[in-house]
Amino acid sequence: MVTEIRLPVACQWLPENLDWDTQKHLVAPGDTITTDTGIMLGCGTYMGDEKVIASVTGFVERVNKLICVKAVKTRYNGEVADIVVGRITEVQQKQWKVETNSRLDSVLLLSSMKLPGGQLRRRSSEDELARRNFLWEGDLMTGVLVQVSPSLVKRQKTPFHDLPCGASVILGNNGFIWIYPTPEQREEEAEDFIASLEPESLLVISQLWNCIVFLLAQKMMLFDTSLLYNYEAFLSHPIKDILKPEIMEEIVTET
Amino acid sequence: MAGLELLSDQGYRVDGRRAGELRKIQARMGVFAQADGSAYIEQGNTKALAVVYGPHEMRGSRSRALPDRALVNCQYSMATFSTGERKRRPHGDRKACEMGLQLRQTFEAAILTQLYPRSQIDIYVQVLQADGGNYAACVNAATLAVLDAGIPMRDFVCACSAGFVDGTALADLSHVEEAAGGPQVALALLPASGQLALLEMDARLHEDHLQQVLEAASQAARDVHALLDRVVRQHVREAALLLGD
Repeated sequence: MVTEIRLPVACQWLPENLDWDTQKHLVAPGDTITTDTGIMLGCGTYMGDEKVIASVTGFVERVNKLICVKAVKTRYNGEVADIVVGRITEVQQKQWKVETNSRLDSVLLLSSMKLPGGQLRRRSSEDELARRNFLWEGDLMTGVLVQVSPSLVKRQKTPFHDLPCGASVILGNNGFIWIYPTPEQREEEAEDFIASLEPESLLVISQLWNCIVFLLAQKMMLFDTSLLYNYEAFLSHPIKDILKPEIMEEIVTET
Repeated sequence: MAGLELLSDQGYRVDGRRAGELRKIQARMGVFAQADGSAYIEQGNTKALAVVYGPHEMRGSRSRALPDRALVNCQYSMATFSTGERKRRPHGDRKACEMGLQLRQTFEAAILTQLYPRSQIDIYVQVLQADGGNYAACVNAATLAVLDAGIPMRDFVCACSAGFVDGTALADLSHVEEAAGGPQVALALLPASGQLALLEMDARLHEDHLQQVLEAASQAARDVHALLDRVVRQHVREAALLLGD
């Protein structure tokens, strides 16, 4: 009887061919960054014993008198005009509590929800009672949510992408990525979130999910073209081989 | 065990180490992708795994949320296969609760909790193989995991155990040395400032010897720091290179 045996091989690290910028100052918590006075403390630093000390591991960024240390992986810190994808955890009186991979849950106010038909009016108590019609706990929506670290998502002008393979992707700045089948028509009034699923679109969605997981495993940045190239490289391998680590590495290096 | 010589005439311990020598330490960060931070450490034969989630919204009772700082929640557990005899340990075990409390005190001293009011930071530590120095391995693993999660800390927290035999202080006790019943000191240190986060002692020790034992433990903790520092820098460098910063 013939059985297939695969022996694991230690993974090779890429760093040899990549440039290393020796100008960058890498600090760990407890390291003194500087003893200058008149320094403004940014994130990742604190003042102790008249010295500026780092509190996270990362590279020092200095802009005139402002010193901050940015960690490689943190929870999401919101910035103005960011697009985020969130998950509703609680329904409260005039608002929803949304989980967005940040240090506290975000709040989505009833007054900021778009009313059907684009009406502009003050939200009344009937709207409050009807809010469960918009979003209910356990609503089933077609699509897949992938959670990655926020530092891996590249900041882009628009995070909504319609990929030619028939799926759409929203790359939230908070690291949540929503993959869903591209809706055939766009209707303004449609509040019906349940759509019919075809097997092909399911396949496309799960393949995209795998692509994201691979890019994540190799710690590459996520943006629409990286995802697309990865997906194309993906299609050239038979499905049952996909989950093997060597194939994963091959696909990512092709990307 | 009668007749077991913890320290020979030539100054060698049971496993061949010198009095102040540490066991071999190997550590890795970022072992779990799902958690915010994770780390694995091996100190000799003691293996510990730490996982950190947070800071995030308070789960469970909102009333426990602190208005000016984050709540640090630590849980310690030992795997059933971690000791010589397979033993099932229930979750609310006294020993586990006590260890959890000690870990919490240690990390509340080190993490800058004022930056995250009303949130919660969860630290889960599990010992996969216990060969002495459980607390120390857990603290070291948890430090790496907290750093991996990007949570700001005052400094590294490095821990080591120490004992006293025949007038000599021994650093980093193994299970055999702990079971022999001599005094044991567990110490958690913030290396840059030299401040102690936690100091615990079992059994009796004459106060004349205390200074010597504390110095041995502090020195050992500093040696651990040198190692953890190297691991952390290497990890961040690799991550930064791959991200193309």
